[in-house]
Amino acid sequence: MGAVASVVMSATTFAGSAQFAAASVLSAAGSVGAAATAAILLNARYVPIGISVASILQGGPLRRLLEGQLVVDESWAFSRRRDGTFDRGVLIGAGLVLYTCWVTGTAAGALGGEALGDPDSLGLDAAFAALFLGLLVLQIHSRRAVVAALIGGTIAFALVPFTAPGVPIIAATAGCLVGWRKR
Amino acid sequence: MSRRLEKALSSTWLVVSIVAAGTIVCKAIGPVLLGGRTLSPQLAGIVDMLPPALLAALVVTQAVGADRKFVFDERLLGIVAAIVAIRLRAPLLVIVVAAAGVTALARLL
Repeated sequence: MGAVASVVMSATTFAGSAQFAAASVLSAAGSVGAAATAAILLNARYVPIGISVASILQGGPLRRLLEGQLVVDESWAFSRRRDGTFDRGVLIGAGLVLYTCWVTGTAAGALGGEALGDPDSLGLDAAFAALFLGLLVLQIHSRRAVVAALIGGTIAFALVPFTAPGVPIIAATAGCLVGWRKR
Repeated sequence: MSRRLEKALSSTWLVVSIVAAGTIVCKAIGPVLLGGRTLSPQLAGIVDMLPPALLAALVVTQAVGADRKFVFDERLLGIVAAIVAIRLRAPLLVIVVAAAGVTALARLL
């Protein structure tokens, strides 16, 4: 997707799995709508994650907005204390370190990567599949999550031969409905 | 610049802008609007299950998917390597490198 676009995306969309998802759909000749929808749905988790840390972020709305951008899975997980509350210093500090590494790492990869030739000969397509698998395993902390993953994977598998790239991923979000809890 | 390349470039930038705006909004909603409040348990439960469902779909499409067809190739060997690495509780980077390395090696042979 081009070196400059990759770096700009890392700087403005600080959320790896969504970036990989968008790149994955685009490289499979998927549409703009499918790529963007898959990525944004993947980031929909930041709504509840953001709400969970909202009470520890201080200052005016603009400052809270900026601090909220530093929340990613890793900084959020690091800052969670055993009693379920969050440490603001750890959240912001880890977020800043991760952000810096992420943007410089993307720049290094994008500039170095263009000299490497065909990414598939390096197994990069399998690397993305493995990355998603590794991220998935990190998300599995209940039987319900296993069911959601199985439904999502099955829907995607069933749709791949029949729909444009990206559509199977969007349809697979139906798996999240297992999260519905009765009152 | 050919028209096709131009189109591909602009769709990349369109995705980059839309995803950036969407992500910033998703991350901002809690801190800016709902300080201290929480989602209803029903909604929270559903949003909680979005990442597993989506990531499983991404594994499937990235491992065996192509444009409206399945392609079963060396990627599967990489996935096997990744599963072994996951079972050994290797860090994410090792999992990814193992999958890429095994796949690249299989393509070389």
